[in-house]
Amino acid sequence: MTKIIEVEHLNFRYPQTEGRPALSDVNLTIEQGEWVAIIGHNGSGKSTLAKSLDGLLPLNPESGKIRVAGIELTEDSVWDIRRQIGMVFQNPDNQFVGATVEDDVAFGLENIGLPRDEMVTRVHDALARVRMTEFADREPARLSGGQKQRVAIAGVIALQPQIIILDESTSMLDPNGRIEVLDTVRELKEQENLTVISITHDIDEAANANRIIILDDGEIKESGTPAEIFQYGERLIELGLDVPYAERLKAALHRQGLVVPQQYLTEEGLVDWLWTLHSKM
Amino acid sequence: MNKLLFGRFIPGNSVIHRLDPRNKLLLSFYYIGIIFLANNWLTYLVLFLFTILAVRLSNIKMSFFIRGVRPLIWLILFTVLLQVFFTRGGTTYWSWGPIVLSQFGIVNGVYIFMRFVLIIFMSTLLTLTTPPLSLADAIEAILKPLRIVHFPVYEVALMLSIALRFVPTLMDETEKIMNAQRARGVDFGEGNIFQQMRAVVPLLIPLFVSSFNRAEDLATAMEARGYQGGEGRSKYRILTWRAADNWAVIAFVLLTGILIWLRA
Repeated sequence: MTKIIEVEHLNFRYPQTEGRPALSDVNLTIEQGEWVAIIGHNGSGKSTLAKSLDGLLPLNPESGKIRVAGIELTEDSVWDIRRQIGMVFQNPDNQFVGATVEDDVAFGLENIGLPRDEMVTRVHDALARVRMTEFADREPARLSGGQKQRVAIAGVIALQPQIIILDESTSMLDPNGRIEVLDTVRELKEQENLTVISITHDIDEAANANRIIILDDGEIKESGTPAEIFQYGERLIELGLDVPYAERLKAALHRQGLVVPQQYLTEEGLVDWLWTLHSKM
Repeated sequence: MNKLLFGRFIPGNSVIHRLDPRNKLLLSFYYIGIIFLANNWLTYLVLFLFTILAVRLSNIKMSFFIRGVRPLIWLILFTVLLQVFFTRGGTTYWSWGPIVLSQFGIVNGVYIFMRFVLIIFMSTLLTLTTPPLSLADAIEAILKPLRIVHFPVYEVALMLSIALRFVPTLMDETEKIMNAQRARGVDFGEGNIFQQMRAVVPLLIPLFVSSFNRAEDLATAMEARGYQGGEGRSKYRILTWRAADNWAVIAFVLLTGILIWLRA
């Protein structure tokens, strides 16, 4: 496996804030093809980290190194790095640049000066992959939030990046839109061997990742597989996070006097455990 | 609220709809120019028939055009009445001090009225048959020669298309803020002029602040997608000049010829 993102001793402080920095001494490596979820409470530095990776925050030479796909982030290489990373932001309305769906998907391609013939094929292909072909000539005002985020994803994959960063992309969506968007990303990741970094509050979204990283006050507190992280149970709440549904059910059962297994169970795992328990009784 | 601004485009697939927007925009301006060539009944008749033909070709109901005239009716009447009562010449039918009702006055008044209606019909035809976005493209294409004098054509075009794209979004937001403030007891559109103006503040300020936030988000999103300024970009939308556009130009040339020939 190749390391696609390497972050060494990253520090960042917003100029207008005094006191603690937004990121302090963050070290992180992400392998190609991994799905990493970064979680943490509000103000823990999640979005700052995502923006640093894409070079969207002012660079500071003393504040550590970022290497993406073998390129070190500098003022000269920032546009090359942005070609490797596709970002989908939180508010579906505010990142919709084009006047129609097609135009929006084409925006990134126009920026790299792709000839029109190739643009047309790439736009149609990208829209087909997020299943938005029939909406190609719609205006953003006539789309749902989930559809707008799918268009944003199409705009990103049309540029064929190696990494997709979802910066709380599902937080403003209804449950259906959320499932739609995550399924789309999961599918694309399988097809293209993409690396996905999802920044989220949604614990169920994080449960689908290969690895979870917990940020707290700009520092990486914990890192591990979902199974390892969710074993913390109630401690997650102290970190300002939610507990996954299966863990909440286990805790409720525990309060009812049932002996529950210590290790983390997925929903399927919990169902299995419940029916074996039932047949033993 | 949505009927106010750009909601006036009516989708269709007529000959006029399919014309190149650059052509339509330029011809509309040209039309306003040649209207001033008309100076007798015959030339106005020709212009009227020409305009009716264009309206017919667009397959849009006449009532939309009449609705276009309605907001301007007081301006039209005012101008017409000024012409009617302050022009001397020909037979004088009635006079009272400086105010006269003369033959020339009445004729001039009718001409002015026709001129207004014709201009409004033609510009309504332009906005009804051209999507705002195509109009923005057309303006960009027409402004392109100004690049020689370092006019930022790409930037203006981008601003125009982003502005158009955000019109409905901001309309929705305005509506939402208005309702939210109404729910908190603000009365919009009531009281005297000062009270009404004061009531607008709780609408304007949040709208202003949220626009700043939107602008920042949008700028970040654009940068993340590789926007580095207008240079070196290619274009996804293209405008195509078709045979019908040639015919439209020929029709206008003929019209100009007829007008010059029939002028008194």
